[in-house]
Amino acid sequence: MNKPLRRIAIFCGVLIFALLARTNYLQYVKADELNTRDENRRVRIERYAHERGDIIVDGGKAVTGSKETEDSDFKYKRVWQDGPMWAPVTGYSSQAFGATQLESIEDGILTGNDDQLFFDRTMSMFTGDKKQGGNVVTTLNSAAQKAAFTGLGDKKGAVAALDPQTGAILALASTPSYDPSTFAGNSDKDSKAWQTLQKDKDKPMLNRALRETYPPGSTFKIVTAAAALENELYTDIDAKTNSPVPFRMPQTTQDLPNEGNIQCENVSLREALRISCNTVFGKISDDLGNQKMIDEADKFGFNKEVFTPVRADASVYPKDNPPQNAMAGIGQASNRATPLQMAMVASAVANDGKLMQPYMVAKRQSPSLDDIYTHEPEQLSQPLSGENAQKLQEMMKTVVESGTGSNAKIPGVTVGGKTGTAQHGLGNSENPYAWFVSYAKTDSGSPVAVAVVVEDSKATRDDISGGGLAAPIAKKVMQAVIDSKK
Amino acid sequence: MSVVTNTTTIGAIDAPSRRNTELMMMVFAIAISVFAYANVGLAIDGSLPSGMFGYGAGLILLGGVAHLVVRKFAPYADPLLLPLATLLNGLGLVLIWRLDQSPRLIQRAEYLYGSYSPDAPKQLLYSAIGVALFVAVLIVLKDHRILQRYTYISMVAALILLVIPMFFPAVNGAKIWISLGSFTIQPGEFAKILIAVFFSGYLMVKRDALALASRRFMGMYLPRGRDLGPIITIWALSILILVFETDLGTSLLFFGLFVVMLYVATERTSWIVFGLLMSAAGAVGVASFEPHVQERVNAWLEPFSKATMAQSDQIAQSLMSFGSGGTLGTGLGQGHSDLIMFAANADFILSTVGEELGLAGMMAVLLIYGLIVERGVRTALAARDPFGKLLAIGLSGAFAIQVFVVAGGVMGLIPLSGMTMPFLAYGGSSVLANWALIAILIRISDTARRPAPAPAPTSDAEMTQVVRP
Repeated sequence: MNKPLRRIAIFCGVLIFALLARTNYLQYVKADELNTRDENRRVRIERYAHERGDIIVDGGKAVTGSKETEDSDFKYKRVWQDGPMWAPVTGYSSQAFGATQLESIEDGILTGNDDQLFFDRTMSMFTGDKKQGGNVVTTLNSAAQKAAFTGLGDKKGAVAALDPQTGAILALASTPSYDPSTFAGNSDKDSKAWQTLQKDKDKPMLNRALRETYPPGSTFKIVTAAAALENELYTDIDAKTNSPVPFRMPQTTQDLPNEGNIQCENVSLREALRISCNTVFGKISDDLGNQKMIDEADKFGFNKEVFTPVRADASVYPKDNPPQNAMAGIGQASNRATPLQMAMVASAVANDGKLMQPYMVAKRQSPSLDDIYTHEPEQLSQPLSGENAQKLQEMMKTVVESGTGSNAKIPGVTVGGKTGTAQHGLGNSENPYAWFVSYAKTDSGSPVAVAVVVEDSKATRDDISGGGLAAPIAKKVMQAVIDSKK
Repeated sequence: MSVVTNTTTIGAIDAPSRRNTELMMMVFAIAISVFAYANVGLAIDGSLPSGMFGYGAGLILLGGVAHLVVRKFAPYADPLLLPLATLLNGLGLVLIWRLDQSPRLIQRAEYLYGSYSPDAPKQLLYSAIGVALFVAVLIVLKDHRILQRYTYISMVAALILLVIPMFFPAVNGAKIWISLGSFTIQPGEFAKILIAVFFSGYLMVKRDALALASRRFMGMYLPRGRDLGPIITIWALSILILVFETDLGTSLLFFGLFVVMLYVATERTSWIVFGLLMSAAGAVGVASFEPHVQERVNAWLEPFSKATMAQSDQIAQSLMSFGSGGTLGTGLGQGHSDLIMFAANADFILSTVGEELGLAGMMAVLLIYGLIVERGVRTALAARDPFGKLLAIGLSGAFAIQVFVVAGGVMGLIPLSGMTMPFLAYGGSSVLANWALIAILIRISDTARRPAPAPAPTSDAEMTQVVRP
C-alpha cells in the first residue's frame, strides 16, 4: 500500500503548495491593488484614526478641533467653533460626506499625510509619538468675521474683506450658513442633518462670498471710472463730463434711466459717482467700447477664477454688443461679480492701484508647529496708475462723506465707498441686491477693503438700498479691523 | 523477524522514543503563543494583558498534561504532532482573543444579540476539553486496531450525527449545528473521524475483492457491486445529507476522503479517474439545482462585483485583509481583519493571520499544517497493519483537504464553502474533533514505531533437532 501512500503524500504537498502560491500572489503581487480599492475601508479608517490638525485664525486661535467618537471605525471627528460663522472659510470635513474648501485643499497638512511632512512622520515613527496633523494658519481676523456675520444676521448675503496692502483675506462671511459639526460624523443623525441642508431652499451650504456671482450694480461704476481715467477719456475728476440726459443707448430707441430725479447732465466724475448717475457711466462704457472695458475689468481680476487657495468663481465682464456693453458699464446686463471680486476692486483702488493676490493661508505648520510654508504677498496686476488711484479714492471718499454711502462714515478714519442696488430677475421683477464696497485708510495706508452684498427678499422693495442695508455692515467690518490693529 | 522492515521509512526496531525532543518543541510552541499573547496586549493597550498569566498557565497545564500522557501511554509516538497541534491551538487562542478586543465586533454583537461575550475564554475551555479527549483517547485506546471492531457502529454513528442537524434550525443558512441549550455542536467534524474509521475497517476487509475481483469496463477496472455497494451507499448518503444541509465544505471533504482511501486500499489509479468523474458530475448536478452553490461560485469569480458585495462582502473583505497584510503584516492587534465581521474568528480566522502576521506568518502557518499532514502520512507509511495505514492516511488526508478547502476559500483560490481551520478557528466541535484526530494519529504512530518485543527464547529450535530414537 505504500506506493499509493507516497502519491497521496505528493497530492497533499501539492495542496499545501497551491495555498503557499496563492498567499504569495495575494500578499505580494496583488497587495497594492487590493490596498487601493475603493471598497477598502482601511484607508478611511486610518484617516480618522488620529487627531486632525487645526485651522487657525488671528494668528493663533484654532476654530476647529477633533472629537473622539463612539464610532468603532472612525475614531475622531471634526468639530468647529462658531461653525456657521467660519464655515465659508473652513468648509466642512465629514466622515460620510467628504470635505470642501480649506478642509479639502489643505487635507494633506491637516491629516499629516502631506509629503512636506515626511520628515515629521519619519521622526515620530522612531520616537513612537502618535501621528498628528499639521496646522493651517489663516489670515482671517475673528473680530472682522464676527462683525460681518452678525451684521448680516438673518438676512441673506455675503461679505468679503481684504487687506489691500497684502491681499490677505480678513473676513469671508455668507448667510444663511450651516454648522459643519452637525454632519461631521457618519451616524444617522449626521445623515439627516446633511439631507436637511441639501433640501434647504435658501442654500445654506453655498459660499456666497466666493461662489455666487451677482450683478454688481452701481458698485461697478468704480471700474468704469477707472477705465475712463486710465484711457484718458476724462482726466480731471472735477471737470464737466460730456454726458446728456437722457442718454439713449446705442443702436436702440431706449433711454438709460437714472434712479430717481437726480441731476446728472454733464456733471463731473466725482459728482456722478457721489449721486450714482447711470447716464454718465453708461456713456463712458459706450465711449470706450466693449474691448477697453473688458481689458480694464480683466485687470481688476474679472473673467478668471481666483484661487485663495479656495476657488472663487470667475466674475464676468462679457464680450457684448454696444447697448449691452453700456448696461454692463453700470453693473447690469450680463455683468456678474462675486463679493470677493468687488472687494478686490476696492482694495486695488485703496492700495494706490496695485491689486494684490487674495489669499487666506498665511502659514502651514508641521505637527511640531514648525512653519513649513509662509505666504509671500504677491502683486496680481496694476489696474490703474497711482495717480488715477488717488483720484478714484477722492471720488469714493466724497461718496461716503456727502453721498449715498454716508452710513459707512467712521469718525477719525478716511473711508471711501460706493453703494449699489442691483436689479435682478426677469424685467427687474425680483427684489434688488443691496451692495456696498468700501475701504478705510489711515496714516499707514489702507488696512481693509470690504464688499458687502445683501439679497433680502423679505424687505420691501423701497427699503433696499446699498447705503441703507449694506453700508452699516461694511462699516462694522472696517471698524473691527481698525480696532484690532490698535 | 528482521531488524529493519523495509516497508517503512522509520526504523521499526530500536527507534528512539524522542520524548525529550517533543518536550523541547512543546516549550517552544507554548513560549511562542504566550509571546504572541503579550504582543497583542502591547499593541492594543500598550501594556501587558492582565489575562496573560492565566493564559500562559492554562496553556502550560494543557501542554504539560498532554505531553506527560504521551510519555506514559504512547512513548514511541511521533514527536512533532503534539507540539504542532499545541502551537496552532495556542496561536488560535491568541487570534480569537485579539478579535475579542475589536470594538467593531463588540458593537456588532451588541447590536445583533443585545449583549457581548468574549470567545477566547470559551475557546480555552474547549481546548481543555479537547486535550481531555486527547488524553482519554490515548489512555482508553491502547491499540488502534481495536477500532476495527467498531467499523459498522462507526458508520451508524456517523450517519446519525449527520442526520440530526436536519431537525435543528438552520444557523446562517446551513443546517450543520445541533444546539443543546447554549451549547452547539457541529457533528460534521466528528463524523469525519467516524467515516474514516468505517472506510478503513471496510476497505481493509474488502480491498482484495475490490482490487482483484473486478470487471473491465471502458478500459477501467470496476469492482463488483456487492463489494463496492455498501461503501458507495454510505458515501452517497452522507454527501446527500450534507448537500441538503448545504454544508458544502464537509461534503467535499467526505468525497476527497472516499477517493483517497479507496485509491490507497485498491492501489488502482483508475479509481482516481473514476472519483474525479463522479465529483465533476456531482458538482455540476448540485450546482444546477442549488442556488446556494451558484452564489458561492459567483462570489468566488467576482468578489468585488456589485451583486456579490450586496450579498456579502466577506470574500472581498478577506482578500483586502490579505492584501493589507503584505509581506510582513501589520503586527498582531494592529490590523483591521475584523471588517470581515461575521465569522471573523471562525471560518475567516486565516484572514487575521494574513493581515497581522503577513505573508511570512501565512507561510509559517501553512507549513505547520503541511508538517502535521506530513507527519500523518509518515505514520501511515510506518504503520504495519493495513487498517492503521488506511486510518492514518484517511485522517491526514481529511486534515489536508480541510485545510485546503478552508484556506483556499478565504484566499479566493476556490469557492468558499464554510468549514473551520483546524485548531486555529473558534469552535468547540472543531477543537474537540481535531484533538481526537491527533490522538488517534499519535496512537497509530506509537504502535508503528514501538520496538517489536524481543523474540522470546523458545525451544523450537531444539525441538526440531530432536532425533527420535
